Amino acid sequence: MLKGDLSLKQGDFLLQSGAFEIETSGISVLFGRSGSGKSTLLRAITGLDKHTRGSLSFNGERWQDAKWRLPAPKRDIGFVFQDAALFPHLSVRGNLEYAVRRAPAGGSSLLELAERVGIAHKLDQSVTTLSGGEKQRVAIARALLSKPRLLCMDEPLSALDWRAKGELLPLIEELARETGVPVLYITHAPVEVERLASRVVFMADGRIERIETLREALARPDSSLFDEEGPVSVLEGRLSAPNEHGLCAFGEEGERLWIGAPTHPTDERPLRLRILARDVSLALDDPSRISILNHLAVTVERIDPPKDGRVTVATRTTGGQLLLAEITPWSLTRLELEPGRIIYALIKSVALME
Amino acid sequence: MLRACPYPKIFESAPACGVRPFFECKKHDMIELFGISVSAQPIWLTLKVALTTTVILLLVGTPLAWWLAHMRSSFKIVLEAIVALPLVLPPTVLGFYLLIAMNPNGALTQFLHVFGFEGQLTFSFTGLVIGSVFYSLPFAVQPLMHAFEGLPMRLLDAAATLRAGVLDRFFSVVVPLARRGFLVAGTLTFAHTVGEFGVVLMVGGNVPDTTRMVSIAIFDHVESLEYAEAHLLSGMMLVFSVVVLMLVYGINRRFAVKVG
Repeated sequence: MLKGDLSLKQGDFLLQSGAFEIETSGISVLFGRSGSGKSTLLRAITGLDKHTRGSLSFNGERWQDAKWRLPAPKRDIGFVFQDAALFPHLSVRGNLEYAVRRAPAGGSSLLELAERVGIAHKLDQSVTTLSGGEKQRVAIARALLSKPRLLCMDEPLSALDWRAKGELLPLIEELARETGVPVLYITHAPVEVERLASRVVFMADGRIERIETLREALARPDSSLFDEEGPVSVLEGRLSAPNEHGLCAFGEEGERLWIGAPTHPTDERPLRLRILARDVSLALDDPSRISILNHLAVTVERIDPPKDGRVTVATRTTGGQLLLAEITPWSLTRLELEPGRIIYALIKSVALME
Repeated sequence: MLRACPYPKIFESAPACGVRPFFECKKHDMIELFGISVSAQPIWLTLKVALTTTVILLLVGTPLAWWLAHMRSSFKIVLEAIVALPLVLPPTVLGFYLLIAMNPNGALTQFLHVFGFEGQLTFSFTGLVIGSVFYSLPFAVQPLMHAFEGLPMRLLDAAATLRAGVLDRFFSVVVPLARRGFLVAGTLTFAHTVGEFGVVLMVGGNVPDTTRMVSIAIFDHVESLEYAEAHLLSGMMLVFSVVVLMLVYGINRRFAVKVG
């Protein structure tokens, strides 16, 4: 448990987190607009800024209180910066060795980890010759080689193109799971939250608004995760092998969806599927003569008040997962929807978050 | 070539160290070049003062430059102005104040006597070094300050999260990334101290064999109408200065570290 109450003034910006408790397992995502204080909070937690005030403890170990502050090098925090912050005077290997030389013995070797993040063939290159994605891979390997007890990542993907993002997101998730190191991950991209988060720390105006599990965050109609693309549902399930039409079945019997085969092998682990509410239509009967493949029988759970001429209908699948649909108020009256009614959700498009 | 006559042996006995046909140590403190003989003492003294000043200024200037580079208070411009003062102030003004401050009966000298310091500050080697340290301060501090300002603080943060302590960060990140600043600061300080005149004349006087530096020796030769000797020393200074400046520009090009 990361527990504390921190304040830090940086220029005109004032962070006043308020009391917080963040579980130290899996990936906790700090989410908020730019200027909401995410990076400042992370800096305060790392102990990098000596002007930080307040209290902080990590798994019961005191890191800061009114009179005392454990210096950053002693907190065993790994940090991945937005721009990687590799040492330009050292090679890739030199950057990784910098971490190894100062870390306690044991764990993965430099070569193993370089191999794991896919930069083993670049070890003797200067870091200035690397692409943005490669730099972040080195930064992640360097942070992990320092054997951290907590890994902080400050928008590590924001400077990368979509392809590099697509490759690094699964890598970050897999490494977090393999190493068991708890991660604090900053982003302002809802897609990254929905892909990675075990829990979400919502930040606004320099304070922590609320800390919720991803499931809770997505069930809240006014969630700021929905600001950009409207309401979103995330379904979890496993993927089967592709059939003769090149489509894979996702999820359990009764809530099975057909989706295109993934570009990367996904082994057996559970995956997340991202569905925009505006891509979900509702029908009272199960239409059979229709091009849309994915129809699910769902129960209406909640109907939110209209907003911007759209109504969000929250439904439950037979497996108990939340699926949101966005329809017009007129459709709502025509279909006479009300909580408890069983209807059909027609899903026009899904995105598998690999 | 001057290395062939090791200081301070030159004052004690006559070393036999003529290595080049055009260069010869004639008497115990004379060197002969192109058939003109001049006293070697001002040359050695100048090099000794310049080297001592450079070492002191790199030690003192580094923390000062770091502090100034990362200072956010508006008081910074006052300090920057004070550091830059020797650039614009007539050396005689600086020398005059230093002379007053180092007055044998003054507070500074008396204070040093408490710590067992014998003798006086003015007209001595110590006085020359103190004067040079003040006079050359901007030449050490400014390049270092610019080097430190250009250093991304994120890299130091990254080093801190990789368990590097303060000194470790300084030697493993700051020194290699700011090496150009250190080299330029060192070279400029050394060269500038070699080239000073006003301050060393005011503070050191012109005591033969004790505080007479090259620039003053040239002045003396000209005063005495010894143009050949003045030519020789001036020519040496000219060549030295060109070499130093080429070195500085070379350093700026060669050691540019791509940061970020």
